[in-house]
Amino acid sequence: MGATISEKILAKKAGKREVSPGEIVEAEVDYVMVNDITGLPAFEVFKRFGERAKPIKEKTVLIPDHYVPNKDIPSAEQAKAMREFARKYNLPHYFEVGRGGVCHQVMIEQGFVAPGRLIVGADSHTCSYGALGAFATGVGSTEAASVMALGKLWFRVPESLRFVVEGKLGKYVMGKDIILHIIGDIGVDGALYKAMEFYGSAITSLSLADRISIANMAIEAGGKAGIIPPDEKVFEYLKGRVRGAYEPVYADDDASYEETFTYDAKEIPPTVAKPFLPSNTSPASELGDITIDQAYLGSCTNGRIEDLRVAAKILRGRKVHPNVRMIVVPATQEVYQQAIREGLVETFVEAGAFVSGPTCGACLGGYMGVLGKGERAISSTNRNFIGRMGHKESEVYLANPAVVAASAVTGRITDPRELE
Amino acid sequence: MPLYKKIKGRVWRFGANVDTDQIIPAEYLITADPKELAKHAFEKVKPEFAQQVKAGDIIVADENFGCGSSREHAPRALMGAGISVVIAKSFARIFFRNSINIGLPLIEASVDAEEGDELEVDFSQGIIKNLTKNREYTFKPLPEFLLNLLESGGLVEYTKRELEKAQT
Repeated sequence: MGATISEKILAKKAGKREVSPGEIVEAEVDYVMVNDITGLPAFEVFKRFGERAKPIKEKTVLIPDHYVPNKDIPSAEQAKAMREFARKYNLPHYFEVGRGGVCHQVMIEQGFVAPGRLIVGADSHTCSYGALGAFATGVGSTEAASVMALGKLWFRVPESLRFVVEGKLGKYVMGKDIILHIIGDIGVDGALYKAMEFYGSAITSLSLADRISIANMAIEAGGKAGIIPPDEKVFEYLKGRVRGAYEPVYADDDASYEETFTYDAKEIPPTVAKPFLPSNTSPASELGDITIDQAYLGSCTNGRIEDLRVAAKILRGRKVHPNVRMIVVPATQEVYQQAIREGLVETFVEAGAFVSGPTCGACLGGYMGVLGKGERAISSTNRNFIGRMGHKESEVYLANPAVVAASAVTGRITDPRELE
Repeated sequence: MPLYKKIKGRVWRFGANVDTDQIIPAEYLITADPKELAKHAFEKVKPEFAQQVKAGDIIVADENFGCGSSREHAPRALMGAGISVVIAKSFARIFFRNSINIGLPLIEASVDAEEGDELEVDFSQGIIKNLTKNREYTFKPLPEFLLNLLESGGLVEYTKRELEKAQT
């Protein structure tokens, strides 16, 4: 019987001819990534392996992003622990403040991610790399440390679900809307433990950036991975960027999926997830009068240059509403530089938005945009749990960059088509 | 991992989709110390938890417990608070992996229990007793690979043994 993309990659990396869902395999991992928050416990665990244990240099990637630039003294110590670990073992893949950014976008830009690879990261949004046809999944710190030492890890082979989105997307409808729509349909545990594979003409037509938003939020449906079969757009992006050779992996025609979900692209509007779950979705146009205090554009979900372009186009010649703080955070240094070159940063600043260098800070309620009691944000991020961006009585509405920009202008959650 | 003995404890009851931001809010992720993290466990949703939790207490929840972030700080905070086992209808997968790998027992089961009920868990028999309600439930043990991993001391011990094998 045929195999899905997940089954094929796991079989190949486990040195087996085939694997089946539910089976536990030990598989060779191509890269393991930790950030400044999940790194510290991993380094502590690593010490317990004994003096003779050494991290595998080529496979270990260290990216500080959550609380850097350091937000306070404990976070400074945490970031320092990562720097010291990198120096102690002379690890080449360490990305200092000012030379990196949000870990998942760094992993992709720096060519660690490629089709057919098996990548783990001590961050739940590691599933983003499935947009390039890799099997990538979030793990904990202890197991990240184990992979640094051994280069392999145990995996339960997931069941696979097939999502097919056919047709042409409407104006201002982005990858973010597709994935919010799907999560709204199947729920936050609709893909629990399972791999999600995405097909159809609407998916093929998307830019890589939009595909990354989709794969990124697979975890928000409980998914272990979110995978899009790689095509020319991916191969083109990887030229001059990818580290080493890679081999694309595709599902067999007779691959077995636990379930297939089909969607019509034109039925998907600009979509918003209301508090306090990403599955609590509604069309932006049907929300009524929901005023906002903050509009946040950034993160591993929607902090790429394509996202900034969409928002800047709406903000050009307009002003951020007097009652709103708009915060724009390019995902990486590369995105930041490109945004400067294209004049996007100037557009944001002229509109009255605050622009900073890359950090995850505000997305998880850490710093650089924390919400106070009763405050409400429209955000291009991925989670709207209770207190996610600050006070337990604050609220986060998730949306695409166009909705964020339009809402920043009007001061209430707005379908961008309304501004035309 | 006390898989060989019985655990008795008082129930803390939670619903579905308890996320890692509820278990340990991100603003406290500036330490990885279980005891420090435990001071802020469930601070935004059940503020009395950190004060009143006792060693051996048991968490009972519905579907998708531990969804959200990959932060190992979540199971660490629960271990630091003295939680002996988490029983839920289902678990988010990274939380599940993290717990197994660091030695926090988890049981996938549907149990009728209210906050404050007393439960007894027998790992070897796969039986949960609600002593307050006088009811009994069975559960399926973990797959063999994971039981072996737990019983041999978790992933740290496993990694050490693998490193030794590679060096000999």
